[in-house]
Amino acid sequence: MKAVVLYLHVHQPYRIRHYTIFDTGLTHDYFNAPYDSKESNEKVLKKVAEKSYLPTNARLLKILNENPDFKLSLSITGTVLEQLEKWSPEALRSFQELCATGRVEIVAETYHHSLAFFYSRSEFEMQVQMHREKVQQLFGQTPQVFRNTELSYNNDLAQWAEQAGYKGILTEGWDPVLEWRSPNFVYRPAGTDHIRLLMKNYKLSDDVAFRFGDHDWAEWPLTADKFAHWMSEDHNATNFNLFMDYETFGEHQWEASGVFDFLEHLPREWSKTEGNRFMTVSESIDNFEPVDQVDVPQTITWADTERDLSAWLGNSMQASSITSLYALEDKILSTNDLVLIEDWRKLQTSDHFYYMCTKWFNDGDIHAYFSPYDTPYEAYMNFMNAYRDVQYRLAEKGYEV
Amino acid sequence: MLGWELPPHNSGGLGIACYQLCKALAKKPIDIEFILPYSADHGIDFMNITAAHPQGIAEVLRSGIAYDSYKYVLEDGTESWIDIYGQQELYEHAVAKLVEAREFDIVHAHDWLTFRAALRVKEMKQCPIILHVHSVESDRSGSKQGNPLVKEIEGLALHAADRVIAVSQRTKDAIIHDYGVPADKIEVVHNSIEAGDLVASDGDNAYHYLTLMKSLGYRVVTNIGRLTIQKGLPNLLRAAQKVVAKHPKTLFLIVGSGEQYYELIDLANDLGIGPNVIFTDFQRGKRWRDAFAIGDLFVMPSVSEPFGLTPLEAIGYGSPALVSRQSGVSEVLMNCLKVDFWDIDEMANQIAAVMQSDVLRDSLAQNAYHEFERMSWDSVSDKVHDLYQQHAGAAR
Repeated sequence: MKAVVLYLHVHQPYRIRHYTIFDTGLTHDYFNAPYDSKESNEKVLKKVAEKSYLPTNARLLKILNENPDFKLSLSITGTVLEQLEKWSPEALRSFQELCATGRVEIVAETYHHSLAFFYSRSEFEMQVQMHREKVQQLFGQTPQVFRNTELSYNNDLAQWAEQAGYKGILTEGWDPVLEWRSPNFVYRPAGTDHIRLLMKNYKLSDDVAFRFGDHDWAEWPLTADKFAHWMSEDHNATNFNLFMDYETFGEHQWEASGVFDFLEHLPREWSKTEGNRFMTVSESIDNFEPVDQVDVPQTITWADTERDLSAWLGNSMQASSITSLYALEDKILSTNDLVLIEDWRKLQTSDHFYYMCTKWFNDGDIHAYFSPYDTPYEAYMNFMNAYRDVQYRLAEKGYEV
Repeated sequence: MLGWELPPHNSGGLGIACYQLCKALAKKPIDIEFILPYSADHGIDFMNITAAHPQGIAEVLRSGIAYDSYKYVLEDGTESWIDIYGQQELYEHAVAKLVEAREFDIVHAHDWLTFRAALRVKEMKQCPIILHVHSVESDRSGSKQGNPLVKEIEGLALHAADRVIAVSQRTKDAIIHDYGVPADKIEVVHNSIEAGDLVASDGDNAYHYLTLMKSLGYRVVTNIGRLTIQKGLPNLLRAAQKVVAKHPKTLFLIVGSGEQYYELIDLANDLGIGPNVIFTDFQRGKRWRDAFAIGDLFVMPSVSEPFGLTPLEAIGYGSPALVSRQSGVSEVLMNCLKVDFWDIDEMANQIAAVMQSDVLRDSLAQNAYHEFERMSWDSVSDKVHDLYQQHAGAAR
């Protein structure tokens, strides 16, 4: 028995508007950019809903209806769920319809798509709890498998997830960690007993997510039968973990690339061979025994050629701003001011720090990353003024800052 | 008078100095024609302002600051961008054409951009020329090298001049050092400030965040100026790191833009003081005035500052000042702190002293304000007018 484990990640941050030192202390609407600006969350959300979520979900629902064996897993952050509720209830409904088929599993994560695990265990747990409740409320499921922001992962995280009761956890199938081993099996994290580890097959995943529409790629055009054939050639494998951003469909790969047709044909081609299945992340863990233990003392992620957190925390602007933000934790939480606490949490979303990344900027390859700001410095200045406003609000309440 | 800019179309101190000098000179029994390289409405009635458009040029459009390229609109409607060197060449030819039919007793030219035009007028009209040096190339480039084309113009013109005015003793020393101009030909005439011309602060300060933080015991150090090598900001940030270590409740407000903008943001974070340093970009009007007013100390850490007006403006808005000894203003201002621009430890020491003592801050500010109140451009124009009389005989 072999399984394709398709897992898609859905996320939108609350982008910070052009927010100056002159706004600081006067207005607290950092996340409320004018509709016609690049940082308008409402505008971006509506555009992504129209270009990606609605057409992709319509296709996925059709595939689910036509192929009783087709299954997939989704992670959807709290910040995007909120925005869908506000600005595209029809797109939210389309996600709910997918889940109603009983063949779509929701994966656990932090509500705010944050890096809190690396800064505050209690804040991290709170955000995981908030996400769990949101998923229960909107989808009627309780997540069984955990993924941390950007698939960041280390042994400590696996041990935390085990004691928190998760049956599985996801990360990147990164070669220096796997060494000679293949990502196409279930593993056991070092220092754990019951929890299982699923590792992304980044070659196959990136064939779809990044290379699909590339006419210069030697394998272009990628067809479903070719892709199914590649997988069937690995005779010992049990599970092919195809993990990617949901926005691959309709945003990164446009409809004209044929990516939707590929998705529609894949179940048919894959099911032609006896024993070939689709499984959600939980099912693959239930069905396959772990073949080995994987030891990850250093944090890995699914990002960049480095597969580390350097895109979020690699320069001094990022390190200084995130450290300053988490240093406010005790005071913020003790205010019991839910609006202030929520603003502070929205500032934790990892995208804010990603926008401050200079490693592409220095190469002049600014198109390689997606940011509403012209420069990483602009991102930093807007963020810091929002941070200062949070500090200001604390001070107004009589806190020592 | 040959000049490159006048307020409100100025990018820095040069335009303000020319404006104030002429305004004071206009009280003397002389007529001033001020020739600019561009046309614009300045709202000035105490002298004639003429635009010297090169032949065939219908319009000159300024872009950004005075030292960028300008767009020249030709009479046939075509446009072309011309850099600063090309502009001063065109200005020379335009001035030459303009003065053909006019008579002057004296030509007074400000900085290298107008020096070739002044030489040309001297050649054509045999009238005396006074060259007013607000900065030399080694100041602007932050090194002894500088642009050789600019140095050639400066050297040639300063030797040919009938008289040279330097805005400070250090500028005079630089002219002697860099170009070997005889010392007795150079007159030091310091710039000044007109206390009554300062627009008063009004209403709430625009920096709400800083206002609240000050009420919580924080103190604010300000710097206002271009973020460029000459201004010495990296040393201020290195000193800031030491100050914050001693007195964590210190915030640094950096108002301005320039090619070091991003470099300075990186440096602040590398030094671990990112949250303490606020960069606001270039500001005008109320936000510019309020930045002076919110400061507990204004710091001008310039590597080389021929004069340096901003500390006097800061004092006018009630803030004490710390200036580098490598500034002209440090020669005239008594009640301020002074430090060598390279002495980061001492800079940190003096900033921290003010941050930790409101008594020191207030006495510095009050005494400096008394000096400020006595300052006037009238004494400057007296000296300049004397020079006119020496060279043109009796002024008309």
